[in-house]
Formats: sequence, C-alpha cells, structure tokens
Amino acid sequence: MSSRRSRSRQSSGVSRISDDQIIDLVSKLQQLIPELRNRGSDKVSASKVLQETCNYIRNLHREVDDLSDRLSQLLASTDSDSAQAAIIRSLLMD
Amino acid sequence: MTSVHPNSTTTTRFARRFLISLSRMRRPITLGPPSDEEVCRRTRRIKLAAYSSMARAVGSRRAWSRALLLKVRNRVRFQGILRNRFLASKKKRVIKRNKASGEMNKTDMLRKLVPGGETMDICGLLEETAHYMASLATQVKVMQSIVDQYSK
Repeated sequence: MSSRRSRSRQSSGVSRISDDQIIDLVSKLQQLIPELRNRGSDKVSASKVLQETCNYIRNLHREVDDLSDRLSQLLASTDSDSAQAAIIRSLLMD
Repeated sequence: MTSVHPNSTTTTRFARRFLISLSRMRRPITLGPPSDEEVCRRTRRIKLAAYSSMARAVGSRRAWSRALLLKVRNRVRFQGILRNRFLASKKKRVIKRNKASGEMNKTDMLRKLVPGGETMDICGLLEETAHYMASLATQVKVMQSIVDQYSK
C-alpha cells in the first residue's frame, strides 16, 4: 500500500504521519477485535477502538495465565505419554 | 496488505516448540502430590514457555517478537540485576517526549501492553498491535486445545 512506502522514505525521528494512515490502521484493528467486528466500520471512534484493543489484549493475557495454571495442574496429575502423543497428533495434523 | 493472522506454519511452529517445552517440564513424580510452590513455579515456566515459543515461531520479523525475545533472554541471563538498564533509560526518554506532545492516555496504555511498544511511533505501535493481538489469539487457541486434550 502506498502509505507504507511513503512512511519508510521519511527520515526517522520526527516523521510526518498522515491522518489517513492512522485511520487506516485503526480500522484494521477494529476488524480484529471480536467486540467491534460486527459493528458498522465507520461508527466506532478511534478512542473506543483503542479502549477495546487494550481490553481485548488484557483479556488474552488473563486467558494465557489461566491456561498456564490449568496446564500446570494437569501436568502434575497426568502421567501418560500417550496423552502427549494424542495431543501432538491432533494439533499437527490439522 | 498481508494478513496479520499467523499462518499455519507459524501456528505449527509455536505448537511444536511449546509442546517440547512442556514435555521437558515433566519429571518423575516424587512422593506425594507436588507442593503449591512447585505448581506455582511450573505455572510461571509454562507461561514463559508459551510467550517465548510464540515469539520464536514468529521470529525476528516483527518488532514485538524481537522485544519479547530480548526480554525473555534478559530474564534468563541477568536475573533482574542488569536487566533492561539501558532500555529503562531509553524508555524514560521516550515516555517524556510522548507526554510532552500530549498523546492520549489510551495510547500509553496500549504501549504498556504490547512488547516493545514504549519506543514505537504511533503507526508502528498500531501495526504491531494488530499482529500481536492475532498471534496472542492463536496462542490462546492452541493452549486451549492442549488443555482439552489433556483433560480427556
């Protein structure tokens, strides 16, 4: 996309970033967030997108924490290597 | 624009690395159930393995993965003594500059959440955020399916 090329040609430091570039990137973010994906693409303010982005990332971090915890407990209790083989098989054969 | 979602290669790479890390954590079961402290320690190791496996699977292509890998490497090597001394001073300089230009608080919040975000310009930050978010979602999906398999 042309905006990408023009940015790389600018000198580092005080680079002039156009509003269009930012609007473009913000709308791309909006499409990634489950909360906002279904709303109209031009109805959500940038501020809301940023807020939801932060919330979404925080939720994902929390899920990683939770899943790590559960894995830790499962590892402690499960013994079989066959469980592992099944996991590897199912995940990598997708 | 290319998609930010991790392709199947990256996902597979992550799953493989993560599973290998998990298998390394298994030890022969000592007498009785593991203590709470052991479980805590293992949880932290698992979490670290998850983030660093994903960062390695993405490689040095993105600023966030580079920043994460650097953080993990420093954590392992310097044990928090010398860690980030250079980065901390650079961070402070950048944060001061950003505050002076009156950026929104939400942007600063985002900077704290995305690895390496503190020293990026706004465009870089938004791009890296998109990629980081997509990778995180994949990481969660894979971890969830591992948990499901183990729970069977």
